Amino acid sequence: MRPAPWIAVVALPLAGCAGVQSALDPAGDEAATIGDIWHLMLGVCGFMFALTMLFLAWAIVRGRRAREADAEARHEPALSLALHGWIALVVAGLAVLAIASFLVDRRLLAPATDVLRVRVTGMQWWWRVEYPSDDPGRTLVTANELHLPVDRTSEIELRTEDVIHSLWIPNLAGKLDLVPGRVNTLRVTPRRIGGFRGQCAEFCGLDHAWMALDVRVESADAFEAWRQRHLAPAKPPLSAGEREGAQLFVQKPCVMCHAIRGSDAAASTGPDLTHFASRATLGAGARPLTREALAMWLADPNRIKPGVHMPAVPMTAAERDRLVDYLMSLE
Amino acid sequence: MSSDHYAPTIQPAELADVEARLARTWADPPGFLGWLMTVDHKRIGRRYIVTAMVFFVLGGLLALAMRTQLARPESGLMGPDRYNQLFSMHGSTMMFLFAVPVMEAVAVYIVPLMAGTRNISFPRLNAFSYWIYLCGGVTIFVAFLLDIGPEAGWFAYVPLSSSAYSPGKRTDFWAQLITFTEVAALAVAVELVATILKQRAPGMTLGRMPLFLWAMLVTSFMVIFAMPAVMLASSFLISDRLVGTQFFNVAEGGDALLWQHLFWFFGHPEVYIIFIPALGMISTIVATFSRRPVFAYPYMVLALIATGFLAFGLWVHHMFATGLPHLGNSFYTAASITIALPSAVQIFAWIATIWSGRPRFATPLLFVIGFLAIFVLGGLTGVMVASVPLDLQLHDTYFVVAHFHYVLIGGAVFPLFGAFYYWFPKITGRLLDETLGKWNFWLFFVGFNVTFFPMHYLGLIGMPRRVYTYPPGLGWDLWNLVATIGAYLIAISALLFVFNVIRSLRSGARAGDDPWQAPDLEWATSSPPPPHNFTYLPIVQSAEPLWHSDEIPVVRGATGDKREVLLTSAVEAAPGIRWQMPEPSLWPLVSALALTVLFIWSVFSPWGVVWGAIPVAIALTFWFWPSKSEQSE
Repeated sequence: MRPAPWIAVVALPLAGCAGVQSALDPAGDEAATIGDIWHLMLGVCGFMFALTMLFLAWAIVRGRRAREADAEARHEPALSLALHGWIALVVAGLAVLAIASFLVDRRLLAPATDVLRVRVTGMQWWWRVEYPSDDPGRTLVTANELHLPVDRTSEIELRTEDVIHSLWIPNLAGKLDLVPGRVNTLRVTPRRIGGFRGQCAEFCGLDHAWMALDVRVESADAFEAWRQRHLAPAKPPLSAGEREGAQLFVQKPCVMCHAIRGSDAAASTGPDLTHFASRATLGAGARPLTREALAMWLADPNRIKPGVHMPAVPMTAAERDRLVDYLMSLE
Repeated sequence: MSSDHYAPTIQPAELADVEARLARTWADPPGFLGWLMTVDHKRIGRRYIVTAMVFFVLGGLLALAMRTQLARPESGLMGPDRYNQLFSMHGSTMMFLFAVPVMEAVAVYIVPLMAGTRNISFPRLNAFSYWIYLCGGVTIFVAFLLDIGPEAGWFAYVPLSSSAYSPGKRTDFWAQLITFTEVAALAVAVELVATILKQRAPGMTLGRMPLFLWAMLVTSFMVIFAMPAVMLASSFLISDRLVGTQFFNVAEGGDALLWQHLFWFFGHPEVYIIFIPALGMISTIVATFSRRPVFAYPYMVLALIATGFLAFGLWVHHMFATGLPHLGNSFYTAASITIALPSAVQIFAWIATIWSGRPRFATPLLFVIGFLAIFVLGGLTGVMVASVPLDLQLHDTYFVVAHFHYVLIGGAVFPLFGAFYYWFPKITGRLLDETLGKWNFWLFFVGFNVTFFPMHYLGLIGMPRRVYTYPPGLGWDLWNLVATIGAYLIAISALLFVFNVIRSLRSGARAGDDPWQAPDLEWATSSPPPPHNFTYLPIVQSAEPLWHSDEIPVVRGATGDKREVLLTSAVEAAPGIRWQMPEPSLWPLVSALALTVLFIWSVFSPWGVVWGAIPVAIALTFWFWPSKSEQSE
């Protein structure tokens, strides 16, 4: 199944241009606005770089020819004039960039209407994602996946329960830190339906590399449908294996940390697993979610995500299979 | 001491007599004990430089290990625990054990010579500074080898570095490393300020002072104002961890961002503390090899001073993503963008100097040209990350890794290598090999760009910093591999440099006093200089003393039987009083060892500070015990 290495060499740089985690491929207003100032910066700075390198090249070429003692005093007035011209040019260029940066910053802060409120809480090393509602019973809780409606501004409240994290979804917006004792609000207005990847951008300890967020931008209808589906409690276990797995879940230490709405498990130390099987990844992006990966995870989470706080729970291979049956049924 | 720079009125017999007396007066005790007791700025400067370069190599090896791990996605070479220690050690080593010390080390050697004096101010403090620096560096590397090295990054953000999330002694060792190196750096800064302001050769007014001395003066003042902030921060951290204070604990009314403010109030000037000495080196090299004074000298001085001031006004640009008020952030955008102006002025002036001079493209100038190409790019990406909105995309990604390696390696290490090629003959009496030097330069230049240029792109396509691995399929694989290949090219270049140094030490061409026909005073004495630096202290009549007169007028009258230096006034460098310099002593070393015991002890128990202070007090008492021969005049 693996493509030949040469395909990887040719394709990967191209893949980067249209990547699911790339600031160069904006799929939302905020990222596009920042993209504007990036292009302005690239143009102005590229010009200044070229100008400086040309002057340097000229000086080197000229220096290679200079043999005799040049009457350096002869050039002093001209160089002095050039220096003042250069200062004027640099000041003008920097002023343009500073003003542009300020204006872009203001544009990012313009008030929005009909805002969807989302709450994201960072923990070592996963994201709790909540869609609050005035009716507490209608608050949706999930983990490591963020569903957003297209063409509508979402305001994501960022909190942390331990160290500093930073939520970064480059296709949609710049990053914002999750700081203890503070609530920061990240605004995103997606304009393109699709899947994107967010990742923690502030070093947060052992598994900083495996703290990803699966971002899905959907049409308003699809988003609403997803929300209704996920507000519902977990599907009751059907087969004998699933029922046994559900039993094991509340008998084993799993229940100490995880919640599955509709069952007796209601802890919030670890990710909510009510609709676990509908997620794309395991361990906040550490692996694609498959039966095999889940079985391996349950046997020893540290093998997939070294340092993860979830312990290896002692159980037999058969018990593990039943637990996998149950968890994979939680669509 | 070569006599050809002196007025012919001095009789050879008198010259020989004075030289003999001076050599006797300024000599160290013989043997190993003398090596330990020395207060000669040249011996201490030499060992400071060598030690800093050893840490540079060690820091580079850590980087190679990291690049090897990142060459492939999901590489199993090492786990996150090892990797986090590696990058924490790499950053801490390069910043605290290499970059700042090596710049100060070169200054310790060169500044007194360039200023035309016999030794650095407070020479025992200088010896103490070296020993405490050495002890700090050895301590942290021993800790690293014992698996108690730092793990929370060189920036050690709380609460990750608090005892709750970083249990054990790893972060305590990191925090004490800061204390060690800050004490050492502050000591040298004080010495340099005093030397530059009070010990310049008569006639070397501020308006004639070489730009390297200006650069070191500005740097030293910056060290004095910046370092206390990080010492405060690391002391808070230690006391939070060790005795249960709550400076950074939000739950108890502390503040997590306080750490970042204190750390970056030091951390941003720190970058310029590394960079400004390099600016002085560049001006020196550009002038000598263009065979003309640097164009627009007053602008250059103003640019150095402006950079020094502005550097303290932009620390918040490291914190744009923490959610501080936007209006305040905009101020720091403006300040960060403004600091590009003095750099732009200097870059213009250097190129104009080359343009209007008669340049010789020897290895030192090659490194300066390499600097110009790399640093201008790094400076421009610096303008980019200064913009609040753009920084929200670029912050904490590989774009920033690329940016600061362009400004730090391009802005400081390239000039430093140029300075090595330039001053090596003065320090050792032999020239470094030019052919190897050109290979050294080109391999470094190519390797550097292959390593760090792709990182700009990696950051833009989403790769965050400080990740020990990454999944395949995000478009990062190829460019990471390229960067790793570049890192090995840099390593080869560094090996070539080491080979060049060893070979040239044994069989390099003899340098003579002044192989480059340079303008500054350090070339008016023999290579290597005698313990007393100059037989007669020179008198300066222009900004380029060796270019404008065949003979340098000198100060006469002292017998050379006392360890005396001439103090001059701060602005006009008018001769004032003679000042007695201390003799060699073992007590700076003993004090440093006692303080080392205190620092390490305090990692394990707060009582270490109490009981450890007793030997320190005893050592300091002996250090400052007045001897009969000491009297001020």
